[in-house]
Amino acid sequence: MYTDKVLDHFRNPRNVGEIPDADGVGTVGNPVCGDLMSIYIKVKDNRIEDIKFKTFGCGAAIATSSMITELAKGKTLDEAMKISRGDVASSLDGLPPIKMHCSNLAADGLHAAIQDYLKKKGAQK
Amino acid sequence: MKQRIYMDHTAGMPVDPSVIEAMLPYYTEKYGNPSSLHSWGNEARKALEDSRAKIVDLIGAKKPEEIFFTSGGTESNNTAIKGVTKRNKDRGNHIVTTSIEHMSIINPCKSLMKQGFEVTFVPVDRYGVVDLQALENAITDKTTLVSVAYANGEIGTIQPIKEISEIIHHKGASFHVDAVAACGQIPINVQTESIDLMSVSSNDMYGPRGVGALYVRTGTRIEPITQGGGQERGLRSGTENIPAIVGMGKAAEIAKAEMKNESERLVELRDRLVKGVLNSVPASFLNGHPTKRLPNNANLRFSYIEGESLILSLDKQGIACSSGSACTSKTLEPSHVLLAIGLKHEDAHGSLLFTLGRRNTQEDVDYVVMALPDIVKRLRAISPLTPKEMLQ
Repeated sequence: MYTDKVLDHFRNPRNVGEIPDADGVGTVGNPVCGDLMSIYIKVKDNRIEDIKFKTFGCGAAIATSSMITELAKGKTLDEAMKISRGDVASSLDGLPPIKMHCSNLAADGLHAAIQDYLKKKGAQK
Repeated sequence: MKQRIYMDHTAGMPVDPSVIEAMLPYYTEKYGNPSSLHSWGNEARKALEDSRAKIVDLIGAKKPEEIFFTSGGTESNNTAIKGVTKRNKDRGNHIVTTSIEHMSIINPCKSLMKQGFEVTFVPVDRYGVVDLQALENAITDKTTLVSVAYANGEIGTIQPIKEISEIIHHKGASFHVDAVAACGQIPINVQTESIDLMSVSSNDMYGPRGVGALYVRTGTRIEPITQGGGQERGLRSGTENIPAIVGMGKAAEIAKAEMKNESERLVELRDRLVKGVLNSVPASFLNGHPTKRLPNNANLRFSYIEGESLILSLDKQGIACSSGSACTSKTLEPSHVLLAIGLKHEDAHGSLLFTLGRRNTQEDVDYVVMALPDIVKRLRAISPLTPKEMLQ
C-alpha cells in the first residue's frame, strides 16, 4: 500500500518535535478526522533556518510531515510557499489515492506556519 | 529469526489442514453435480447432505431442511434481511436492528429504506450491549423483522440473545441473528434461544472462504433474493459449491468438538493480553464488555495516537492486527461500532483489534505485550495531542 519512502519517513521521521521560540506555527487538520499536524518554523534572513513537526495521524500523515520538513529546510519563504501537496506526495514516490486528500496536509501546515510568521512580523512593525 | 504473530483472525483465518484434506477429492474425483441422477450426482448429493447435518449439529437446528448454503456471511445476511421483509410486505414495512451491526446488515437495510421500508437502529450501552427497553419500544405492529448480531465482531460484546428473542416473539416479528463472529467460538442453540434465522460463515471457523449458511426455522416466511435453477429448495439458486460446503461441514464438526477446550484457552490468552497491555501502557483502555465478550477478541484503545500508525509499527515487529481507525477503512470514517458505544472520534481512531486464533500461544501474547509499550511511546512522542507530563 505504501511506498518504501513513505515507510522510511514514517519509521524514521526527520525533525520531530516542537520549537519553543518558533517564529511561526501552523496547525492544520482535526483529531476528529484522524489527522492533526503542527509545523514549527524558525526564520532567519527570509529563509527557513529550522523546522520541526508534531503529528497525530496515520502513516501517511506522519511521513508527509517528515518530508515537508526536509523539503522546506533552507528554502526562502517564497520558495517554501510554492511547495505543493503534489510535491510532497511525489517526493515520497506517491501516496495511495485515498490518502491524497485526508492525510496530505503537510504543505498546508507549512504554508500556515509561514503565514503565521508573516502575520507576527507585520504586527511588530 | 524475526517473529511473525498473526492476531487478525476476524479479517481472515487459516483453513484447518484436515478441512482441506476433506475438500480435495470433491475437486478432482467426486466432481459430480448434486442435481444429477447418476452415481457422481449421488456422491455429491451425499456430501452436501452430510455437511448440512454437521451444521445442524453445530447450531442445534431441528431439521436439515432448515440449513441453506450460501456464498458466505454477507449473502446470508442479505438473504435474511431482504428475503424476510419483502416476503412479509403485506404485514408491515418496518425493520428493527442495532447501531453496531455489520455492514452486510446495515447496507441492505439502507437499500430497503430507499424502497419504502422503515428501519430503526436501536442504540447500545457503553459496552456495546443492546438497550433492551429501546428494542422493545422500537417494535411496532408493522415490524416484520428484528436483526441483532449474536456477538459483535469488532468489540467482541455478546448480546443477551435469549432475552431479546423473548421480547421479539412476544411481538410477533421474525428474529434474525448474525452469528458470523460468534458461531464456532461459543455454544449457540437456535432452538433453545428461539432464533428464526441465523447467518454463519465458514472462514470464521477455519473453513474455506466463499461459503456460509443461513438457518431458517421451518415456517418462517422468506423469499429468495436471486432466481435461478431452484437449488437449496428454491431459496438459493446456483450449483452448490460442493468442495467448499464439504470444507465448511468439516470445519463445523471440528469447531464443535474443540469448542470447550479452545474457548477456555483463548479466554486465558485474551485476558493475559488485555491485562498485560493495560498494565504496561498508560492511558490504554479495553473497548467492549469486560466479561461478556468473544473468547478471541481484545479491542484496545490508546489515547493520543492513531490506529493505522500503530498497525504499521506492529507490522514492522511482525505482529498483525486490525484497527477501528478511519485510515484503515474505505470510507474515511472511524468505526461506527466504536462511535455507537460513545467513543469520541479521536479515541475511535486510536483503537486496535487483536483477534486470537488456534495457533496463537502464550509466547505470542507475551511478545505483543512486550513490543507494544515502546511503539505507543514512540508515536506519542510524535503526537501533538500527548500531554507534556506523559513524555517525561
